[in-house]
Amino acid sequence: MQRIGVFVCWCGSNIAGTVDVKAVAEALKAEPGVVYSTDYQYMCSQAGQNLIIDAVKEHNLTGLVICSCSPRMHEATFRKTAAAAGLNPYMVEIANIREQCSWVHKEMPVGTEKAIILGKAAVAKVNLNTPLTPGESPVTKRALVIGGGIAGIQTALDIADAGFPVDIVETKPTIGGKMAQLDKTFPTLDCAACILTPKMVDVAQHEKIRIFSYSEVTDVKGFVGNFDVTIKKKARFVDETKCTGCGDCVDKCPMKKNPNEFNMGMDNRSAIYIPFAQAVPKVATIDAGACTMLKKGKCGLCSKVCGAGAIDYTQKDEFIEEKYGAIVVATGFNPISMDKFDEYAYNQSKDVITSLEFERLTNAAGPTQGKLLRPSDGKHPHKIVFVQCVGSRCAACAEKGKEYCSKICCMYTAKHAMLTRDKYPDTEVYVFYIDVRTPGKNFDEFYRRAVEEYGVNYIKGMVGKIVPEGDVLKVQASDLISNKQLHIDADLVVLAAAIEPDKSARPLATMLTASMDTNDFFTEAHPKLRPVESPTAGVFLSGACQGPKDIPETVSQAGAAASKVIGLLCKDKLTGNPCIASANEMMCNGCSSCERVCPYGAITYSDKEFRMPDRTTQIRRVASVNPAVCQGCGACTVACPSGAMDLRGFANNQIMAEVDAICK
Amino acid sequence: MKFSYFPGCTLKNKAKDLDFYARRSAELLGAELEEIENWQCCGGVFTTSRDEVATKLSSVRALKDTQAKGQALVSVCSACHNVIKQTNHAMQTDKAFADKVNRYMAEESDYNGETEVLHYLEMLRDKVGFDTLKEKVVNPLKGKKIGAYYGCLLLRPNTVMGMDDPENPTIMEDLIKALGATPVVYANRNECCGGYIAVESPELAKKRSNAVVENAKAQGAEMIITACPLCKYNLIKNGADIPVVYFTELLAEALGIKEDANE
Amino acid sequence: MNKKNLREEIILRSGVNPKKCMKCGKCSATCPAYDEMEYHPHQFVNMVDTGDIEPLLNSDSLYKCLTCFACVDRCPRGVEPAKLVEAVRLSVIRKQGENHLTANDIPALLDDETPQQLLVSAFRKYTK
Repeated sequence: MQRIGVFVCWCGSNIAGTVDVKAVAEALKAEPGVVYSTDYQYMCSQAGQNLIIDAVKEHNLTGLVICSCSPRMHEATFRKTAAAAGLNPYMVEIANIREQCSWVHKEMPVGTEKAIILGKAAVAKVNLNTPLTPGESPVTKRALVIGGGIAGIQTALDIADAGFPVDIVETKPTIGGKMAQLDKTFPTLDCAACILTPKMVDVAQHEKIRIFSYSEVTDVKGFVGNFDVTIKKKARFVDETKCTGCGDCVDKCPMKKNPNEFNMGMDNRSAIYIPFAQAVPKVATIDAGACTMLKKGKCGLCSKVCGAGAIDYTQKDEFIEEKYGAIVVATGFNPISMDKFDEYAYNQSKDVITSLEFERLTNAAGPTQGKLLRPSDGKHPHKIVFVQCVGSRCAACAEKGKEYCSKICCMYTAKHAMLTRDKYPDTEVYVFYIDVRTPGKNFDEFYRRAVEEYGVNYIKGMVGKIVPEGDVLKVQASDLISNKQLHIDADLVVLAAAIEPDKSARPLATMLTASMDTNDFFTEAHPKLRPVESPTAGVFLSGACQGPKDIPETVSQAGAAASKVIGLLCKDKLTGNPCIASANEMMCNGCSSCERVCPYGAITYSDKEFRMPDRTTQIRRVASVNPAVCQGCGACTVACPSGAMDLRGFANNQIMAEVDAICK
Repeated sequence: MKFSYFPGCTLKNKAKDLDFYARRSAELLGAELEEIENWQCCGGVFTTSRDEVATKLSSVRALKDTQAKGQALVSVCSACHNVIKQTNHAMQTDKAFADKVNRYMAEESDYNGETEVLHYLEMLRDKVGFDTLKEKVVNPLKGKKIGAYYGCLLLRPNTVMGMDDPENPTIMEDLIKALGATPVVYANRNECCGGYIAVESPELAKKRSNAVVENAKAQGAEMIITACPLCKYNLIKNGADIPVVYFTELLAEALGIKEDANE
Repeated sequence: MNKKNLREEIILRSGVNPKKCMKCGKCSATCPAYDEMEYHPHQFVNMVDTGDIEPLLNSDSLYKCLTCFACVDRCPRGVEPAKLVEAVRLSVIRKQGENHLTANDIPALLDDETPQQLLVSAFRKYTK
């Protein structure tokens, strides 16, 4: 039989104003197992905690019921108090008589009655509590970063600088991501390459960082501190250890007519290629779909010219298995397809382009060497229309656009408009907007400069139709302030396409059992207080995979994710949550219901031998819970048809005892 | 392949070509079009308001008649197709409306939008197949640069019509290719010709029609094809200086069965 | 009918929720009849929403909409302005003597090629 002490907190007048605390303490004295009951003004204060510790010693208490605020607030506090008094911390139950009682009721009698009932339920539960001890597991002191854009780069550098080894897995032949494709960056207009490429070099030279480029994660097993990951290194048909990146093969390759992904398909590259001059690793890759040697066994020129003997047409995909303690997702974003918005004629005219294509058109390393020329005829455009929110804030049809604001478009459009006016003052620039959203340091000032100093025409309204006719683009739009329909003959139209998570994110989330929202952005553990952690322990989020973000925000979040990873990798052992599920193997019927509902992949089945009463042995398939992975959500206990699954600390009989106490 | 066929009022009068070539071509392609008995005019344009019942009854009757035969309902006029398809959709999705209609009709069984509604173009694409059609072409229209004119009725509202991508449709372009000619894509192919506004504001109809023809010409079209008698009327009346013909006429020509419809 | 009831009636009849509008103006940007209208599609939505319907009832704009559904398909929020225009128009022409087109108007409109479809459609839109 337990010896239970009840401690009723006033919380100043927060509780005592609506609950007769003395009556509550008095009423609970009569409950089975209760040997001591009292009240105090602030139970969480040092004096209040001392009162508890003294009472434990004086009355030989074995369990505590604290009638106070929400357990979210002070459960941890009172568990520590219990431990200080020599009790198992899990012998404490909180009856929430503040949020669930005094704050929601106005009448003292009502509040008091409910507080007594909640107290009775807590007492009933403590009577069935057993001491719980958290388990421990070791930590592999290596991190995996999936995605090598600015988010992944920053996270990897920060973790590696703290002394832990990091592997970056990047699907493209080079790291750098979207930022490597940008020209200038808002709001300070530094050149993207100038600030990014030194970081790429740092990554390449860091002794703690390995880069798996042209690679993908294909399998993830294990749990926080102990992930087993399989990485597929796709065959690039070039030996990375031999290639010097001289580019002779690229020059000699006869298959030159392949759309250049790095320049958004606006020019061509050869079948063997290095994406751009500052690529990391600076190693050539053969596009197997374009190479005649690989397709038909004819050519072999690159192999002949390669002084380093790096070309290997027989190379195969390679699978690497590695252990990690933490995984950071940094899979980034892409602009959405413009196919469903052809009222803007993206598929009908080369001169209707997306903003990312515009970046390449103005970049010195781009298809026009940075000269702003129309893709159709190479002429300088004199009238440019920018259309904001193409596919963003679009709730009409899920197949078409995205309901959310893509966040970065207002600023990069202001940048494009301003830079155009700066470089080509003879160009008229129009920006059609629904709202201009510029919350950020020096952001609104930047946008206003575009209007006031650079003479960009900002028009409140949307473009409704674009008609390519001859060599002009007839833009029909609304000007809501002047209440007019405008007709502009433009030379170039730039669409600010909505952004969406990279398509690799969804299958990756399944592998990681990490949750996503309906838009396929990774969900954070808490939207405000734990923004860089996934609800799945050991999985962290960096950059636009978690939601639209600009570069400053991405870099901040990347650093935050790194600090969380470092915090984890610093530990030699991880203490688990003891309130986890466990299966009663004798009752388990092997149905797999629990395995199917477990969001964390914590449940596995195996065949086990059982001694039967008649001394024969029987092999049965039974569930077992991995205590390091289980998060204690309880889904399995509800799904189990035979009642074999139970949650420690929240056992079925404990919950029923609480319900009985309430309903009595 | 047997289909119920709803010709519509204009196809019996001013647009006999559209009807005649449609039937002749279908026959050759192995699609039998059975004209619905005692069909009534669709009304020309769908009334979107949910409390309009009487204006939609003729469509419901045609749909119910088709359902009894277990066939799909085919029409070739864009307007008829639009009205019938939107009415069918309302019968499927708006329970209160369907209830009113069914009470009004007082038939033995209720109708709840079960019939499949097809435009003739969809029949060609999905039931006959453009590949089959291509094989039957005896007179390929080589070298002809043709602009398909969809107008508004064939494609919108997309959630109901669902025939093709409403902003970048290809069904008529694919037909043009199957007939051996070259399609010309132009942005105004899914913009309105002005429609019935010709009654209220002939200037607006002229402006809209000219925008279509000018855009088609500027992009290289030498001929425009349409499925809608009103589109054809507006485009020609407002001074189109390239031929505007029904797509069925072109179809019949390629299939080698073009005769004078009025004979 | 008072202001509030008329608003509710039009919303019910059209099935349109004007609250979904985010005031981007794409309907008016894409409208082919814009220049003929006194009140433009985005204004229809706003005026119905605020109950300022009287001016719409008296405006010729009711008869300029082509029902081409460009605004319906291109609206990023699924507001369907064309359905509102029609619902307001019906509030007028359903009244005795308020038909916008009569049989007497027809002969002047006819030519040799006028398709039946034109007259039928016009009657359906302008007459009750």
